[in-house]
Amino acid sequence: MKYVMIGFGVAGVAAIEAIRSVDKTGEVILVGDDPHGFYSRPGLAYYLTGELHDKALYPRTSDDFRRMKFSVVRGQVTKILRENQTLEIKDRPLLSYDRLLIAVGAQAIRLKVPGADLEGVLKLDHMEDAKRILKHARRGQTAVVSGGGITALELVEGLIARGMKVHYLLRGDRYWSNVLDEQESKIVEHSLQKEGVKLHYHSELVEVTGRNGQVTGVRLQDDKILKCDMVAYAIGIRPRVDLAKQAGLEIDRGILVNEYLQTNDPNIYAAGDVAQVYDPSTGTSIIDSLWTPARQQGYAAGLNMAGKKTKYTKSVPFNVTRLAGLTTTIIGTVGRGKDEDLLGIARGDSETWRQLPDAIVAQSGFEVNNLRLVVGEKTLLGAIIMGDQKLSFPLEKIVTGNMDISSMRESLLTPNANVGDIVADFWTKNQTVAGHA
Amino acid sequence: MSLFSFLKRDTDKHKILSSGQVVPDSSRCVQCGICSYNCPIGIDVRTYAWRGEPVINSQCLTCGECVARCPRGVLRFEKTEIFAKAAE
Repeated sequence: MKYVMIGFGVAGVAAIEAIRSVDKTGEVILVGDDPHGFYSRPGLAYYLTGELHDKALYPRTSDDFRRMKFSVVRGQVTKILRENQTLEIKDRPLLSYDRLLIAVGAQAIRLKVPGADLEGVLKLDHMEDAKRILKHARRGQTAVVSGGGITALELVEGLIARGMKVHYLLRGDRYWSNVLDEQESKIVEHSLQKEGVKLHYHSELVEVTGRNGQVTGVRLQDDKILKCDMVAYAIGIRPRVDLAKQAGLEIDRGILVNEYLQTNDPNIYAAGDVAQVYDPSTGTSIIDSLWTPARQQGYAAGLNMAGKKTKYTKSVPFNVTRLAGLTTTIIGTVGRGKDEDLLGIARGDSETWRQLPDAIVAQSGFEVNNLRLVVGEKTLLGAIIMGDQKLSFPLEKIVTGNMDISSMRESLLTPNANVGDIVADFWTKNQTVAGHA
Repeated sequence: MSLFSFLKRDTDKHKILSSGQVVPDSSRCVQCGICSYNCPIGIDVRTYAWRGEPVINSQCLTCGECVARCPRGVLRFEKTEIFAKAAE
């Protein structure tokens, strides 16, 4: 059996691990065009702030890879020839496959305004972009950041850490309005302001101005000009579906796969940010752009490719991230609607987070620490824990484990309830019961 | 604070540390490597986090650097019975 994975991300690597757990002798080939190979894409945020050296972002050594027994073809796949089960790779011979995994991820949506092609207009898609940003970031100079979601704040934080003055443009009246509630947005915005970030609400970037190929400023929709030396943006990502589309595979927003991560071609699978995965529990197909689902999908795809039929069960998506220096855990469904600052999904994002039904919210907040629970009939549907993370782990287990919350539901919904204490108490009691069981 | 209570505080701390081990929650981990990068004796904590296994390494000082630095709350201390008895 000959297995080929396209893409150096975590889904591809997890698939190889899975294949090797079943098939020790089959030929495994990884094809990719990222010159940096496998690294932690989410870790780029910490590289930008200077908490990490770029060399620390590679989780595997070449020895680790050697033990997994696979070969690497560096090159860009230009075509999938399904009828011959063959890949066309730029400047390389044709490569045949028995089972193929498409795990090519997503890419940043490009800014399309006049001046967007100037040298100091930057996005944060991959390692090369991060290096380019650091090359341009000069202490004392000014940057404008446009966009939303986690990546926009990673840019803001990184540039502030590098000593730049930062203007952050928001199209609407608050940050990440379809995941955070008003209070949470305000907490983030307040923290940004404390770090010296200048926020501009109802501001849309319509042009980047330049001289001799270099950025000199941005023009906003009301013709206001902000002088700056660099523009960084994060307006969303788009699954890289071109190869699949050209090969005639079924696609919607991403490549459509069933719960076995299989496309409409039984020999071709897809996983990670590029895959739109069928969830039998809701009957919908969802894109997650998160590390852990990508790893789990890759692993399940690998097992299926090697003949060990395994359903991928979508777990409740959650992410722990830093928003303006505040550690924030996002679990389950917490928001809905659209965010003007993003075109579609962002990195570190899940479509599930925005499927909030009509539910009741219990909330306690104090300056930077905030806790919001989305209370369903018998379970918690979602939670956002901002600042103090003591309840992050228990709430992750309560939401993802669909724990019955009947015993605390009423007290949670009492006006001015101390939500944190109630959850802590509930968790302690449950742990004790579990311990005696 | 008396010398005794000062020292007791320190002994208590060491008792707690020596009776614990670092345990990862791999579903939170994005393999950024901050844990391994900050480990004073160079343990590859990240690989334990990938596998979801406790950091069982006789060199581990349970100093807590990795636990404190992890930006995603992947790592926590957990008591281990074996070490707890030894620490008595």
